[in-house]
Amino acid sequence: MQLNLMMRVAVVAATAVVGSAANAAEITGAGATFPFPIYSKWADAYKKETGDSLNYQSIGSGAGIKQIQAKTVTFGATDMPLKAEALKKDGLVQWPMVMGGIVAVVNLDGIKPGELMLDGGTLADIYLGKIKKWDDEAIKKLNPSLALPSTAITVVRRSDGSGTTFNFTDYLSKASKDWADKVGADSAVEWPVGVGAKGNDGVAGNVAQTKNSIGYVEYAFAKQNKLTHTGMINKAGKKVEPTVAAFQAAAANADWANAPGYYQILTNQPGESSWPITAATFILMYGEPTDKAASADAIKFFDWAFSKGDKMAEELDYIPMPQSVTGLIRKTWTAEVKNK
Amino acid sequence: MADFSVSDSSAAAADAARVRALASFKAGDRLFQGLTTLAAVTVLLVLGGIIISLSIGAWPAISAFGLDFLTTQRWAPNARPQAVLGGLGPIYGTLITSVIALIIAVPAGLGIAVFLTELCPQWLRRPIGVAVELLAGIPSIIYGIWGFFVLGPWLADTIEPAFVNAFEGVPILGSIFDGPASNLSLFNASLVLAIMILPFVTAISRDVFSTVPPVLKEAAYGLGCTKWEVVRRVVVPFTRVGVIGGIMLALGRALGETMAVTFVIGNSFRISGSIFAPGTTISAAIASEFAESRDLHQSALILLGLLLFVLTFFVLAAARLMLMRLERKQGV
Repeated sequence: MQLNLMMRVAVVAATAVVGSAANAAEITGAGATFPFPIYSKWADAYKKETGDSLNYQSIGSGAGIKQIQAKTVTFGATDMPLKAEALKKDGLVQWPMVMGGIVAVVNLDGIKPGELMLDGGTLADIYLGKIKKWDDEAIKKLNPSLALPSTAITVVRRSDGSGTTFNFTDYLSKASKDWADKVGADSAVEWPVGVGAKGNDGVAGNVAQTKNSIGYVEYAFAKQNKLTHTGMINKAGKKVEPTVAAFQAAAANADWANAPGYYQILTNQPGESSWPITAATFILMYGEPTDKAASADAIKFFDWAFSKGDKMAEELDYIPMPQSVTGLIRKTWTAEVKNK
Repeated sequence: MADFSVSDSSAAAADAARVRALASFKAGDRLFQGLTTLAAVTVLLVLGGIIISLSIGAWPAISAFGLDFLTTQRWAPNARPQAVLGGLGPIYGTLITSVIALIIAVPAGLGIAVFLTELCPQWLRRPIGVAVELLAGIPSIIYGIWGFFVLGPWLADTIEPAFVNAFEGVPILGSIFDGPASNLSLFNASLVLAIMILPFVTAISRDVFSTVPPVLKEAAYGLGCTKWEVVRRVVVPFTRVGVIGGIMLALGRALGETMAVTFVIGNSFRISGSIFAPGTTISAAIASEFAESRDLHQSALILLGLLLFVLTFFVLAAARLMLMRLERKQGV
């Protein structure tokens, strides 16, 4: 009798546990490190509101694509959008989730954030190893009022493949023919110079640690690590600082409606106040998911993020997708993601 | 006397019990032998499985690049139409950091071992011995962090510029110690490795030094040899093979060290010739690129892994052989 009672209690308890697990969904995703800060912030708020949790592994864009192709996660996240053909081949649906800016960061004694001004050609020459010292004529010309040291520039770049690298090298390719010919744009390229560090945080750490260095990181990482970002001269020839307004100005040019798979690269956009290295980060999900419930849970989270996550995104200096675009994306969900 | 006066029947019963007990011992022994053999065979199976799966994974890269892989410096996973991937950079980095680490760690380790076995006052022997062994127990990531935050900036600010200035204009040495000084460099990685392998060199040298028969040393002292002469003419010649074996084990460790090196080497595939420039090693290249690699790029990383496996295997095999030879010599 005693045993029987205990077993009954155990069964009830087990049912309760299983029951609550079924009620509170866990959404699994993996990919880009660039949007990790905002995804985790959204996830916290979403869990408080609905009880559903998000398990997002920030393992890098390429790895995120691999994970979704292996169907180990419900959604993949990438900063390097897949082209329409690739999406079709795997039966994937893609849309942009949030946008952000990539900034050059430097570690120079006496130089404050935003003081140093660079343009695309100069930045490319630094990363090509053609500009070796901080007091090079090309840098001095852009910064006549700054006292620049005659020290060697330590170039810091990513050692792993990365969507941030893809957008950064895409910008350099557009700004410098030399870069386009010699290096090109990809998530991992043949770097002519520099030391490699792993992840946005690795580059941030290396620049913080190394005097006279330069690196590139997503803006949130620069801000969180209190790094010295530079200003940029954009395509229109105007000086701009990395602000939400400048990122938004660049994003406003994108023609999302006519881009299959929302394939849009936002670097080197026209416009007087556009920040030149702006990027969107994308979500990948299956059009015909095997686990329909999980797919629906994930879409529910993204829908919530579009309607309630804008303020949180701006707090972290990401740019929310404009209303017109989220409307398009919602239509895409209904039409292409068959999880009902 | 009464103890021995047992009746025949009880003796027979005791015999039967003994036979049973022996039989069960035998069965137990056989079971034990079977289990341990299984464990030993598992090692061979795992080893074979690793070689096979590495070879399969590396095959696309082997068929695409062939022997050129060993002589190509260019590492361009994004080259069009096909990736150009050469292993020379990481192979060079692996060898050069290991060699520099040995150049630093071997004299230091041998010095410590000689001091501990021949010269050290008894009360100091244990503290120093334990301290050296503790070095071996520090996780490699700790060395990496220390190399990144402490050693690297210090080297770049002080030691490296001093070398660069001292050797400027000198042929060969001028290019080996060429600037600009970098926090993350082959030299930084070599120093971190040297500290990491020091305990191996020291512990094995100390152990083999203590196998020298005291009578040999006493005879040498009796002839009026100085301590240096005893070490140089008696201790080292007697234990040479064992010491070299220990050095090879340390080399094996240095070749494969990953985490600490990835932190401090700078992950650059270019060979500049200067040891103050960033470089990469096989294991650091795999650690930083594998997650985001695909197709031929991934296969080339696996091929690098296979090369490291072969390299380390031969180094360790040579070390074992030498240590075995020493043991045989002692047995005589």
